Amino acid sequence: MAFKLCYKSLGLHAVLVEWPAEIREDVLQDVLILKTKIENYHVKEIIQVNSSYNSLLVFYENIGISLEERIAIIDKIYSSKNNAIYVASQLWKIPVCYDEAFGLDLDAVSIEKKVSKNDIIKQHCGVIYTVYFIGFLPGFLYLGGLDKLLQMPRKSTPRLQVAKGAVAIGGNQTGVYPNESPGGWNIIGNSPLNFFDVSKEKPCFAKAGDRVQFYSVSLKTYNNIKTLVEAGVYELESEEVND
Amino acid sequence: MIKVLKAGFYSTIQDFGRYGYQEFGVPFSGVMDRKAAAFANSLVGNYEDEAVLEMTMLGASLQFSVNTHIAFSGAQMDAKLNDVEITNNGSIAIKPGDILNFGKLKWGFRCYLAVLGGFKTETVMKSKSMCSNITKASRLLKNDELAINASSLENQNRYSRIRYDESYINSSNLEVYVGPEFENLTDAQQKKLLSIRFTISNNNSRMGYQLNENFQNNLEAIITGPVIPGTVQLTPSGKLIVLMRECQTTGGYPRVLQLSETAINSLSQKYTGQAISFKLSK
Repeated sequence: MAFKLCYKSLGLHAVLVEWPAEIREDVLQDVLILKTKIENYHVKEIIQVNSSYNSLLVFYENIGISLEERIAIIDKIYSSKNNAIYVASQLWKIPVCYDEAFGLDLDAVSIEKKVSKNDIIKQHCGVIYTVYFIGFLPGFLYLGGLDKLLQMPRKSTPRLQVAKGAVAIGGNQTGVYPNESPGGWNIIGNSPLNFFDVSKEKPCFAKAGDRVQFYSVSLKTYNNIKTLVEAGVYELESEEVND
Repeated sequence: MIKVLKAGFYSTIQDFGRYGYQEFGVPFSGVMDRKAAAFANSLVGNYEDEAVLEMTMLGASLQFSVNTHIAFSGAQMDAKLNDVEITNNGSIAIKPGDILNFGKLKWGFRCYLAVLGGFKTETVMKSKSMCSNITKASRLLKNDELAINASSLENQNRYSRIRYDESYINSSNLEVYVGPEFENLTDAQQKKLLSIRFTISNNNSRMGYQLNENFQNNLEAIITGPVIPGTVQLTPSGKLIVLMRECQTTGGYPRVLQLSETAINSLSQKYTGQAISFKLSK
């Protein structure tokens, strides 16, 4: 697949590569393939490549090269044969407790969307979400695929403190707060997992292109998992995705 | 060791930040004013990106228990060594028991203290820069004890002939490049953005500086995309936000301008109420 890419400088040390402004799986796949290709070419000047929905940000160590030269190199890599080493996508099974102790906005979502709480949980767990990228906070996964039935605007006044692990809905997105932080999304549950662990070489278990599915656990199971997570012995379920 | 007698208003250990972890959503962090930090380091013979103490608005009070050398640059904070006034931008010998005190701000906003050999504090993801959710300590507290790396003075004169021009600290002109969504502004809006005087709101921190003036616009939000320190965002309500060293890695507001490195250093030395204007780089 070849898209028409658009190139812009972001200061002297970075070039922004943009795909059509849409949240789409085929755009994501193309973004990630170019990211991997650039990394595999080991261009001397390029020190880091970051992806988001429809763009890559390519960082350069030095400022000597013109935008035109930088574009030419990226363009050449884009049209080159795929040198990407195949990294399988993983489907991560994420336990979530939707108990009222955690789901502070479950009632509000239920009333606003005219859906019972059980159906909210069923819908939220019934979809396989795509990890588009990690941003906003360390370990915050941008997930695509939230059912229209559950889409709900952010709260007009953000909470000053949202708990670590809070599972929430903001507009057409859903996500998990990896750490305590202020936040304006509607909270429907909590996951006992660590979404960001500084002590690990790879601080996040998931990466862009992976899949995520939530499953509902009781408060008791939640506490058991949390104990195992804190002891560092919890084994997170995942399987390879072949698509 | 250095004992923190008073932490000051907001003091942190910072080097030049974390690189290579932005794909996990980790902020760059690092010293706000690289020029001042690099100069302080060079005065004691450290590498310019060695970890330093960044003090904001009101400085710290520190007691040393070792022989070492220090230097500080950036904001002028009425520094005293054992109650005797000392000045910025020089290398000063320290004896055990010495008390270094930074007081009220005279000009600038952030002062950088370098010690010979550098601070020996927690390193996370290849950086000593304090940052909440990343390092255990996110700022200095009273009674903290800071270890320093052993070092000799042999490199002290390595950079001694560097010219250090402090005029950027008080300069109100910030050099900028056009941002990815600059072209979406009308000609009149583009001209206005690059000509009017803005003032800094009290909502300013290591993450970003929001400006007071309302900048009417009809730009549409963008699909969340990458931002970096120095990116200037324009919100639908007309607020301009200049992202700084500890900003998020992605954002959804149009990115209308991008500050130069010098402009980031310069803005780091500004505080609530001060005026700035954006000047397009030639």
